[in-house]
Amino acid sequence: MSKHYLPNTGPQRRQILQAIGVGAVEDLFSYIPEKLRFSGLLNLPDPIAEPQLVDHMEELAGKNNVEAVNFLGGGIYDHYVPAAIDHVLSRSEFYTAYTPYQPEVSQGTLQAIFEYQSMLCQLTGAAAANASLYDGATTVAEAALLALNATKGRRLLVAGSMHPSYRQVLATYLEDFGAEIEELPLEGGKLKAEAIAPRLGNDVAALIVQSPNFFGIIEDLPALGKLMAAEKGLFVVATDPIALGILEAPGALGADVITGEGQSLGINQSFGGPLLGFMGVADKLVRKMPGRVVGQTADAKGRRGFVLTLQTREQHIRREKATSNICSNQALCALAASVYMSLMGPQGLREVAAQSLAKAAFAREQMTAVPGVELPFAGPFFKEFVLKLPQPAAKVIAAMADKGYYVGIDLGRFFPDMNNCLLMAVTEKRSKSEILGCAAALREVLA
Amino acid sequence: MKPVLPLIFEKSVAGRIGYSLPAAELPLEGIEQLLPQDQVRQKLPLLPEVSEGDVIRHYINLSLLNHNIDRGFYPLGSCTMKYNPKVNEDVSRLPGFARLHPLVPEENAQGALELIYQLEQYLAEISGMDAVSLQPVAGAHGELTGLKIILAYHKARGDSRRQTILVPDSAHGTNPASAAMVGMKVVQVASDANGCVSLEDLRAKTDDTVAALMLTNPNTLGLFDVNIGAIADIVHGAGGLLYYDGANANAILGKVRPGDTGFDVVHLNLHKTFSTPHGGGGPGSGPVGVKSQLIPFLPVPRVVQGGEGYSLDYNYPQSIGKIHSFYGNFAVNIRAYAYIRMLGAEGLKAVSEDAVLNANYIQARLKDAYHLEYDRLCMHEFVLSAKRQLAKGVKTLDIAKRLLDFGLHPPTVYFPLIIEEAMMIEPTETEGKETLDYFIEAMLQIAREAEENPEIVLGAPHTTPISRLDEVGAARNPVLKWQP
Amino acid sequence: MTGEKGLKFTKEHEWLRIEGNRVTVGITDFAQKKLGDIVYVELPELDEEFVEGDAFAVLESVKTAADVYAPVDGIVVEVNDLLEEEPALINTDPFGEGWIAVFEAEGDIDTSGLMDTAAYRQYAEEEE
Repeated sequence: MSKHYLPNTGPQRRQILQAIGVGAVEDLFSYIPEKLRFSGLLNLPDPIAEPQLVDHMEELAGKNNVEAVNFLGGGIYDHYVPAAIDHVLSRSEFYTAYTPYQPEVSQGTLQAIFEYQSMLCQLTGAAAANASLYDGATTVAEAALLALNATKGRRLLVAGSMHPSYRQVLATYLEDFGAEIEELPLEGGKLKAEAIAPRLGNDVAALIVQSPNFFGIIEDLPALGKLMAAEKGLFVVATDPIALGILEAPGALGADVITGEGQSLGINQSFGGPLLGFMGVADKLVRKMPGRVVGQTADAKGRRGFVLTLQTREQHIRREKATSNICSNQALCALAASVYMSLMGPQGLREVAAQSLAKAAFAREQMTAVPGVELPFAGPFFKEFVLKLPQPAAKVIAAMADKGYYVGIDLGRFFPDMNNCLLMAVTEKRSKSEILGCAAALREVLA
Repeated sequence: MKPVLPLIFEKSVAGRIGYSLPAAELPLEGIEQLLPQDQVRQKLPLLPEVSEGDVIRHYINLSLLNHNIDRGFYPLGSCTMKYNPKVNEDVSRLPGFARLHPLVPEENAQGALELIYQLEQYLAEISGMDAVSLQPVAGAHGELTGLKIILAYHKARGDSRRQTILVPDSAHGTNPASAAMVGMKVVQVASDANGCVSLEDLRAKTDDTVAALMLTNPNTLGLFDVNIGAIADIVHGAGGLLYYDGANANAILGKVRPGDTGFDVVHLNLHKTFSTPHGGGGPGSGPVGVKSQLIPFLPVPRVVQGGEGYSLDYNYPQSIGKIHSFYGNFAVNIRAYAYIRMLGAEGLKAVSEDAVLNANYIQARLKDAYHLEYDRLCMHEFVLSAKRQLAKGVKTLDIAKRLLDFGLHPPTVYFPLIIEEAMMIEPTETEGKETLDYFIEAMLQIAREAEENPEIVLGAPHTTPISRLDEVGAARNPVLKWQP
Repeated sequence: MTGEKGLKFTKEHEWLRIEGNRVTVGITDFAQKKLGDIVYVELPELDEEFVEGDAFAVLESVKTAADVYAPVDGIVVEVNDLLEEEPALINTDPFGEGWIAVFEAEGDIDTSGLMDTAAYRQYAEEEE
């Protein structure tokens, strides 16, 4: 009898064995020395049938609380994911397709990626974008490697206001690379261009900043862009794609490399993965950009088509001289982002951004009206802000969760001197009544 | 140029929208006042202005241009293009998983943490390792992580002489690229007459500057290297470690465990061996497994089980650090978990048995028409050479394109580099005999055509929506985006 | 084959025209055939210094990328900028317009390891 997902039957296996010229399946493994072989059965739970699997998975999923009102940010946001997106992602033709190395039968994937690259360039102001990298954090690391390679510099100036996880991943990636990371100090939660100027020099490979930064504060990108304009080092900006619906494109402000986390573009939160690292670069850096890239071309009959191109930068050809070791992109996530950007269009994206900003501003007002709650950083921000509480944030967060609100992220877990601070994010999905309800609950918790 | 399909930008109609957003409830007029005035967006991005119907029609039409497993066979060596079970798609979309933010207080994510913990246990058991991290999100990412762990281990021992990674000449391109990314020099080890690692060359090149040897077993020729014990002794003897590239794990599930054969670090590809979908190029998942002496160096956080349930532990002072913003590709890992729960130990063993069976079947039936360099039993994949056909002017590239006319995706071509005009064939266990027969007949026909009527092969593909594309032009003058 | 008179050849299929202490470097017809259509050339900077054997340029075709090696210890004094727009010159005229760079050698040029035209022709045939 056949097993599930194993179509060959006994009679078919016998025919196959006969064609091969062996008596039994074991004969196909018997040349492997006994001492190398595993005997018996792996110690795994007994197999379960599909209906039981569904029950089990529903039970597991049921142990996660997704009912509480979500004010969490820190790179992953509860933006609305339009229904149409999953219908496109669920098409077998997209999700069960292989990497488009045979372009004649992969034009669907290739054209979709080309469109994605185009949309990203429009959004970020980059001259060219790749087909995606793993996530916002590794994208920063890849940008740093690109800068070290392109400029032959050895120092990287990195904003202290960049997401701590991104900085940690950067440190991990550069550990064996022999480059120096200099963390730039902050004032009022953001960078000061004047404080950076004295640190510049010919050995600086890049200035790497995030805007809106980890605290939600908008950095002074025009000033930083001017600072770096005459420098050999690259100006790298990590950003939020929704913010770019209403904020100027970093490419227009002098950024040489623009990166970020694309989860906000129609991808589910899914406990932090899969995500979407996006990267766009200035024209002079196109051949140094890591990751897959799709280009337009024509076939012999003059029909427009698309192919993976500039592959000689990649691991499967350059091997140890590759621009990166990256093999896959996050194709299906990039597809989700393309569908999202197509559904939204410029007006929709602007509205998502405007609503997020307006609701965040309203929430900020409401929360700081609660006695004891302070606002440590004033000034322009986007969709996220820091609140200082009269008690340890972890305690407040736990109490608020009991009341049905994920009020924010405990900043004490990232910054030892911010134990009483939390980071709150507000998207277009939050309603006024949810915000008011949260403020009321916070008032009770702090009373 | 005539387009096969318009770009979505070319379908824009000014003012058309495809979205439905919640009520603003607050005035949005003048909201830009809250932003720094020199950073207010002056020109909105030129994204498509289309209706939802336009979007759906566009992407559905695009999708129809793709080959995919649900439509047809992919005998791609080293890729393990097996069937993607549908129930796994359903369960990964459960709201309790899909809508879970990674930074919720841990008591609210017990289901997710339990899944990660259990899957790590299962993968450790399957690979014969002592601990696994699900953080790496791709095979190459797993390699990078594994190599960093190895380097951290040597550093912690006070050994700063290790500067080289040994890689067989048949290795996948990510291996040397990953080694270069950790600042190591790459030295190639030759293959012997049997297609396996030359012990002589390995001995000559192994010394106390070698950090590790990266291997896959079975190798990229689909051959199991029975000398793995001797290989391990040579490398360990010089103080180096043995790294297992799990790309070919589909051949040995429940039959051989890399951890039992001397490997210290492994990475697995869940999007190959464990049925998670390829997605047209990702997202995948490349977990890393280690032996106990390397556990302290695993990336953080680790999921641990305590009295109060599962939690995330960052307290590993010797860890290589973070390699991902959160915990890896969780939604991909859900699918692998479900796969393992449904198959169980017996099912996984049957997977490898059928994978090896199917590959040997195709090899037996094609080895007369095409050159087979290593004529002996293979594992889950094998490599043919088109060098006989080359004598008639027909290359592997042409054979690949001709297969498209049969509704078949070609095998992996021009890899491994040590075989001339290589075609690497891996059918996987999820194909029935009739599919294998269809592929065999197509290959035999093409071999005949190469002899009698080579023009039809050289001019292929004839029936695909688009024919061979000008890749030289694409690389010389790259056009990487739409311009208005 | 015109243009080959007086040239010396390396084992990596580069041709060298040595004039005093200046060396012009390109790749041979054999090499360009092996690489296929060149799509891009990564050229060195003027005044960049190299040690003999260093990779000073990269030739990219669709399927492969090949290093070109410095023939001497020296400085790059001329670079064929035409190759930026027309990398195909290396395919169509490898010994003429497809020249890559000119080095000024620091010190004497050691020609003992180089082949003359006849020796190179034989070497290339054996490589086939």
